[in-house]
Amino acid sequence: MRRFYFDHNATTPVSQPVLEVLVSALLEVPGNASSIHQDGQAAKQHLEMARRETAALLGCEPKELVFTSGGTEADNLAILGSVRANSAPQKHVITTVIEHPAVLNPCRELERRGVPVTYIRPGPDGAVDPHDIRRALKPETVLVSVMHANNETGTLQPIAEIAAVAHDAGALMHSDGVQAAGKIPIDVRELGVDLYSISGHKFYAPKGIGALYVRTGVKLRPIQFGGKHERERRPGTENVPSAVAMGKAAAIAQEAMSVESSRLEILRDRLETGILLRVPDTGVNGCAVIGGGAARTANTSNIYFDGLEGEALVISLDLKGFAVSSGSACSSGAVEPSHVLLGMGLAPERARASLRFSLGASNDAEQVDALIDAVAESAAQLRKLSPTYSYLSDSQHV
Amino acid sequence: MSGGVDSSVVAGLLQRRGQPIVGLTMQLWNQRRLPELAPEGGVTGRCCSLDDVYDARQVAQHLGIPYYVVNFEAGFEEQVVKPFIDDYLSGRTPIPCTLCNNFIKFDQFLDLATGVGASRIATGHYAQLRFDDASGRYQMSRGADHSKDQTYFLFGLKQQQLARTDFPLGAYTKPQVRELARELGLPVAAKPDSQEICFVPNGDYAAFIDAYFRERGIAPEETQGEIRDTEGRVLGEHAGVHHFTVGQRRGLRVAAGEPLYVIATEPASQRVIVGRNEDLLRARLTAKDMNWISIAPPISPLRAQVKIRNKHAAADATVTPIGNDAARVEIRFDEPQRAVTPGQAAVLYAGDLVLGGGWII
Repeated sequence: MRRFYFDHNATTPVSQPVLEVLVSALLEVPGNASSIHQDGQAAKQHLEMARRETAALLGCEPKELVFTSGGTEADNLAILGSVRANSAPQKHVITTVIEHPAVLNPCRELERRGVPVTYIRPGPDGAVDPHDIRRALKPETVLVSVMHANNETGTLQPIAEIAAVAHDAGALMHSDGVQAAGKIPIDVRELGVDLYSISGHKFYAPKGIGALYVRTGVKLRPIQFGGKHERERRPGTENVPSAVAMGKAAAIAQEAMSVESSRLEILRDRLETGILLRVPDTGVNGCAVIGGGAARTANTSNIYFDGLEGEALVISLDLKGFAVSSGSACSSGAVEPSHVLLGMGLAPERARASLRFSLGASNDAEQVDALIDAVAESAAQLRKLSPTYSYLSDSQHV
Repeated sequence: MSGGVDSSVVAGLLQRRGQPIVGLTMQLWNQRRLPELAPEGGVTGRCCSLDDVYDARQVAQHLGIPYYVVNFEAGFEEQVVKPFIDDYLSGRTPIPCTLCNNFIKFDQFLDLATGVGASRIATGHYAQLRFDDASGRYQMSRGADHSKDQTYFLFGLKQQQLARTDFPLGAYTKPQVRELARELGLPVAAKPDSQEICFVPNGDYAAFIDAYFRERGIAPEETQGEIRDTEGRVLGEHAGVHHFTVGQRRGLRVAAGEPLYVIATEPASQRVIVGRNEDLLRARLTAKDMNWISIAPPISPLRAQVKIRNKHAAADATVTPIGNDAARVEIRFDEPQRAVTPGQAAVLYAGDLVLGGGWII
């Protein structure tokens, strides 16, 4: 069976040019970038080339970029590292309820260690209001962390405005940019952020490599302890091949961005319109009307199918060859309703009835049309058996 | 697929027959709830533990079949855990496996399987099914391995559920199933059997209920009460009616000249009534919500062998239908039976054939 992949926000496949530089770095750059001999120097040279390419994607100086093992480590380093580096006796942190667990859980860890954290809710469109951030600020607030693009809805947050609000109060601003990097133009100077996390595998680089932008002058304590790598901010032998691959992927993403994001937006809108026309009792989460709602990444669509379980729809589509996602997997692999959708104020039934479609390089119009057909067929089949859906449709006749 | 030997062998057998199959595991209970039941900061119970899901996934990967974990936690709590607790508080001794079979596994789960495109589900139950042309009914009979027979827990299944169900292990004995597991190269071939209620750690259901009450903010005093004898004399106090079931001897902590047994629990007064072993003998019972499997609802009395709990040796009895469609029956045993327990099931057999069953009231 042919498989069509519509889950690019979960991860993306390594692209051919990225694979080529990855393999050649693995084969031809075996040195340790911290060694003083020429093999080490060659590795270091490749590492710094990768740093320049990745920095170009974010609009920062290469020296402001710390390579990490991925988005989770970058978020942990940003949050724990910046809060620990601040010696104030009283500290407070602000974040949002729709963050990725890689941000939420370091914040909970801070709470366990006596640093209170305020969790801001977004509006029904999924966007955080900078005024809500302003109201939550306290004299002792040291950090505000708000994601740039949401992984489940694609909603873009007003990072520049929030950063200005945070800076007015003397707090640092971190943004988890894992779902934005490679998809929308990013300029960390314009955004005004102090810390910004990215992850390579969301833009066609391999898993296991990411980076944290740390604005020059921002104090950061390491959260792991070891050698003096990465300007003593992140110990561990540098993953040169993966960094090289991420640099290449960053360069490709940047070059292709405007064309690719328009292409994906057309496909995404075709998918949404197709599903909303073909399947009754559906809608785009966060958009009261088609085309309405907050700005979002071009590739992401989150659609509810009232009266059915998103989990069952994911399985049904998977068995037909389509990879999509619903909610978040708990440790066993079962699906739990999305905390993002719940945080936006969706009823739990509707959150459980929602699917995320995230498009990428491999998708085309033919695949999108096939997906619409499959979704219509699966939804109809599942709704025939759904007690909630018969109840919903019966109640409409009353 | 539970991650155990039985359901793993089912998957292997079906695949060997060349049928396209999908492996599913039900996530029924959040292992992180009720942490006080956990041994050493670990997780509670056996059901849906990460180890079992890991095993089931290993088997699915070994067989090369699609595999998913599906979340039925909400339905399980509403349809199984809460009724299980309510039963204990109402003086009954529940059978959660039957509730799970009736309302989750062969209902919501069967619907999900159908919804994602499956024509049938197969489980690792030791029971046999066949379609009987003469009566036009799906008939159920005991598993060939009588020591593993699980028909007592399956008495609630309706014809339309049985029509979409397979029990591929019904004709095998447990040792044969283990042999098949080895033959199929399944990574769980040597895994020990499980017996207990899946969501209750170590079989200590009373501790589970206590922990559930604490989570819900219910004070323990609300279930405490007196222990009385059959004449109404107060013999002591108990820590909660849910600690007791009919026929139980342990844990009474009252001094008496002879061994005392629980005769009944009275939910309204929170009393536990105790008496002598002879006081437990009953020659008759009434069962409600009868489900007739292998025969149509009878209109006249019939003879059957009746099991009143899973480990009970079926006893000869006359079964008299009451009301329309024999929804209730009166069962008169030839010989009085010990510890007829409200909340348990009375399941009727003719030899190995499962006629039907209902709930003892």
